[in-house]
Amino acid sequence: MDFSFSEEQTLLQDSVERFIQNDYAFEARQNNVKDEQGFSGGNWKTFAELGWLGVPFSEADGGFGGSAIESMIMMEQFGKGLVVEPFLPTVVLAGGALKIGGSAAQKEKYLAGIIDGSLQGALAYAEPQGRFNLADLTTTAKKQDDGYVLNGYKAVVLNGPAADVLVVSARTSGDQRDTQGVSLFLVPANAQGLARRDYPTVDALRASEFTLENVKVAADALIGEEGKGLPIVEQVVDEGILAIGSEAVGCMEVLYKDTVEYCKTREQFGQPIGKFQVLQHRMVDMFMEHEQSKSLMYMAAMRLDEGYTAEAQKAVSAFKVQVGKSGRFVGQSAVQLHGGMGMTEELRIGHYFKRLTTIDTLFGNVDFHLKRFGAL
Amino acid sequence: MKLALSDEDQAFLDEVLAFIVRHWPPSTRRPLEAAAVYPEQRQPEEAGWFDALVARGWSVPHWPVAQGGTGWTPVQRYLWDRETAYAETPRMDAYGANLLGPLLCAWGTAEQRDRFLPPIREARVRWCQGFSEPGAGSDLASLSTRALRRDDKFVVNGSKTWVSGAHSADWMFCLVRTHAETARPQDGISFLLVDMKSVGVEVAPIRTLGDQHTVNRVTLTDVEVPVANLLGQENEGWACAKALLDLERVGVARVAQSQVQLGRLKAFAGTFTQDGGTLQESPDFRRKVAEVEIDLAGLEALELRVLSQSGSGELAGPQGSVLRLRGAEIGQRINELFVEALGYYGLPYPEALLIDNEGAIGHDYALPALQGMLSSRSWTVSGGTSEIHKNSIAKALFEPGQV
Ligand SMILES: Cc1cc2nc3c(=O)[nH]c(=O)nc-3n(C[C@H](O)[C@H](O)[C@H](O)COP(=O)(O)OP(=O)(O)OC[C@H]3O[C@@H](n4cnc5c(N)ncnc54)[C@H](O)[C@@H]3O)c2cc1C
Repeated sequence: MDFSFSEEQTLLQDSVERFIQNDYAFEARQNNVKDEQGFSGGNWKTFAELGWLGVPFSEADGGFGGSAIESMIMMEQFGKGLVVEPFLPTVVLAGGALKIGGSAAQKEKYLAGIIDGSLQGALAYAEPQGRFNLADLTTTAKKQDDGYVLNGYKAVVLNGPAADVLVVSARTSGDQRDTQGVSLFLVPANAQGLARRDYPTVDALRASEFTLENVKVAADALIGEEGKGLPIVEQVVDEGILAIGSEAVGCMEVLYKDTVEYCKTREQFGQPIGKFQVLQHRMVDMFMEHEQSKSLMYMAAMRLDEGYTAEAQKAVSAFKVQVGKSGRFVGQSAVQLHGGMGMTEELRIGHYFKRLTTIDTLFGNVDFHLKRFGAL
Repeated sequence: MKLALSDEDQAFLDEVLAFIVRHWPPSTRRPLEAAAVYPEQRQPEEAGWFDALVARGWSVPHWPVAQGGTGWTPVQRYLWDRETAYAETPRMDAYGANLLGPLLCAWGTAEQRDRFLPPIREARVRWCQGFSEPGAGSDLASLSTRALRRDDKFVVNGSKTWVSGAHSADWMFCLVRTHAETARPQDGISFLLVDMKSVGVEVAPIRTLGDQHTVNRVTLTDVEVPVANLLGQENEGWACAKALLDLERVGVARVAQSQVQLGRLKAFAGTFTQDGGTLQESPDFRRKVAEVEIDLAGLEALELRVLSQSGSGELAGPQGSVLRLRGAEIGQRINELFVEALGYYGLPYPEALLIDNEGAIGHDYALPALQGMLSSRSWTVSGGTSEIHKNSIAKALFEPGQV
């Protein structure tokens, strides 16, 4: 057992941390948000140049052979900066689906673009009626001629506006919530019959609603085997949870530290408010929640690194539950301890709180993962 | 002990219900929260409601009868507050009607009452409250906005912050320092009524979470305020401020509002599907709703208890603080559950729901749910933070004689 990072992992952490410190101050982040596409294309290029976009992919696929640990390391730092560049949807989700289930030809076609920063992706897995159930699908894919025809609706697709290619889950057989009969397809954003409605999200990202009307794809758009797509989505989503959970851990660190700093300098009643013990204890609780979350983050990453087993799934759900609960407490406490200032858009506090709120929802909230944990 | 209303109170309730149905019929009701109403933005139906209130003499029930109050008993006032909240009628401007009005009745000169009370009673004016400053929040008495007396005027300089509704208010009541070297910081403070149209008053918006605009920074530069606008004695404004902060604890449990919201949450949860059923059928979600419903029942019972014990209906002191604290926490919890119920449709940014003519992304009720959750965080900050209220409850427990 060893909780320490390898030399390469330490270097990776240092390089991302340095980037956040030097190039991702809150004002810079807010400027990136205002960009027409919702993030900085320049930063995306930098990520590619630094090799970050290839970290999770094997060397054979043109990547750097990183694992869950590397993904955790990067996302924790991204969380500290509240990074809006679409690493999660493009690299972890769309890239992840290809990494796990893609054929050699599919990888060759798409991964190089993801790694060199020229291709944006998204995972269209959620549907309005399905809530967090990945198998609850009404979108269908029917075999026709040499390919498939897709019809249906996909909800809240992160990075939908920028994506060049979508990974879409659809039902090729079975009933609405069957675990069998789910298939994954690569659908180019400019496919005929694909319509989208774009919008910003509360945490300053971009997303789209997609309608698919007789969207035709070739047979080689299928990822993995027909009807066997669910395990792939599940694994991608679990890796996504590790990613956003790590981001949440970064957010919580910023929040408890900012709050401590604020309470040292803000004076009321002739003394820094940090002298009031009731506030000190609240900050101690914030710190403890962060430590607990960070520890489960390491467990989840190491379990996933050992292989995608039920143990790993359990560790991921445990982490997600912890992050949901801790994120809410830490976010609300930071706002409370900043008084009126905590309620402003001007201070960064509130923006971390908003991100923690959406992270609780993404890929299933506390209730969903408690249930999954119990059932595994 | 019994719960049923007396015959008189039942008759009163019937009268109230008939009045509400007549002047705020269900057809005019907005589906969402009846937000604070600014005179210039009033919908025609809302103007009708205020006209009816004024004509009936019910616009300021809690004022002394001589000033236009109704003389209702605490129970009657409770019934009125409850039923208007259930029906989500437009609300009178709270700063004028609930805070400044009673203060003017108690401390104002005859001239001040004649001048300032009628517009408030008739819902023709909006007030805002300029107490907090960048350096003086919880420690309000440390405020530093200066007012220098020059003949029959005060010349005011300083800045106020977090002033709710200042951007649409006609007047601001505020605390200023008129005497600098006093033994206690509370001494030397005066209570001034400032016309927002005065030269030197500048209002700048402060954006709060969810990009909402309700609060403002108000900068005062050489603003001249006639001495006639001084409420109470010069340098003794703290007494007025304290009386006002006590009023801020009245009726703040939000019980009826929370009940309305809870009902909406349940209806809401019935429209979300999960695993083929609805969210409302999910035991997990139902347990959470039941928990908050029980908290709310407890709060309502406490409010009724306090009400039936206090002859005046004023809930000053520690029990007022308890109602405020619990009420805020319960309201916040309900708002959280709204967002939880929304699932993925809690993510779209509120304004995105209004961007085009295609209608909302997801559900049209997502808009107030998310902004509601974010802005409800201020309920444990504005009007005194939870910590400050707990400090004052603790003081009542440890030094009962002192409160
Ligand atoms: C939405 C909103 C609307 C508002 N509207 C108005 C308005 O219309 N008019 C107006 O005058 N003001 C208004 N306020 C201001 C409000 O009254 C203040 O925000 C509040 O009094 C807290 O002051 P502060 O923000 O300076 O926080 P601070 O006083 O700096 O408090 C920061 C933290 O320290 C804690 N703290 C401070 N002192 C102690 C202590 N002794 N013991 C333990 N903990 C302590 C607080 O509880 C808080 O958690 C509004 C505020 C908000 C958020």
